[in-house]
Amino acid sequence: MKFGVVVFPGSNCDADAYHAFRDVLGKPTTYLWHKDHDLKGVDCVILPGGFSYGDYLRSGAIARFSPLMREVCEFADKGGLVLGICNGFQVLLELNLLPGAMLRNKRLKFLCQYVTIRIENDKTAFSRKGTKGQVLRIPIAHFDGNWYAPPETVKEIEDNGQVVFRYCDTEGRLSEESNVNGSLNAIAGLSNKRGNVCGMMPHPERAVESILGSEDGLVILRSLLEKIS
Amino acid sequence: MKARILVSFKDSVLDPQGQAVRNALHTLGYDAVKDVRQGKVFDLELGDVTRAEAERLLPEIAGKVLANVVIEKYAWQILGD
Repeated sequence: MKFGVVVFPGSNCDADAYHAFRDVLGKPTTYLWHKDHDLKGVDCVILPGGFSYGDYLRSGAIARFSPLMREVCEFADKGGLVLGICNGFQVLLELNLLPGAMLRNKRLKFLCQYVTIRIENDKTAFSRKGTKGQVLRIPIAHFDGNWYAPPETVKEIEDNGQVVFRYCDTEGRLSEESNVNGSLNAIAGLSNKRGNVCGMMPHPERAVESILGSEDGLVILRSLLEKIS
Repeated sequence: MKARILVSFKDSVLDPQGQAVRNALHTLGYDAVKDVRQGKVFDLELGDVTRAEAERLLPEIAGKVLANVVIEKYAWQILGD
């Protein structure tokens, strides 16, 4: 299983993701430059966090037009695994690989803190090493993470089991308070219908070693080590 | 040719920034303001294009790039030659 981390101008979690996959998980990992047209034969593409193109226009809106995104879309269409973290999630929304859009956080503040999220669907390629209802402690750092979609879209993704993670309290309960950014249905991470593309606002790659404060991100990253059967 | 594209949230989408501005205006006593919606203005300078071409290009640019049509709506106008 080979991983590729896309690098845009303004990405700032690319090195974290690279470290997590290569050094912590011990898997072959390579950077993928956004201007290239080559996925270098990777089995899983990571769109990392950061502020691609300075978040100008909208978060992820300009990165969407990067040359490499054509290959990423083709890769996803063929069933290749794509994980977008934070800004990477925003890019996936702008690419229409995932439904919905991001609004500014409900209290109009940049949030940089640990949150707890609950695994809603443990059958996906991004959560299969965990169990439904399991609570993970993982950090967030974003301004635009307030996920929104029209009601019919929300119903569809709920009915299809596309919600992978929800913001919750430390006991796994949903509350207004624990839904820190105001996302509809407290959605912290969701997949496409086919289940091979996932976006999430929390940063699992920042929670892979106890010295960092949490190892819970490993549940998500290790899920990717097996291909979907 | 100069043109302007306006992008703002759809009416169905909450605009917390607009609400914050409205609340500030109320604090200052501007009670006549019932609501505020915040948006973006893009002023474009178009090169050698006909008016018909501009009328085709502007909504395309607005819908494809400048606005995210999941949450935003747009309007455009040609300001003059």
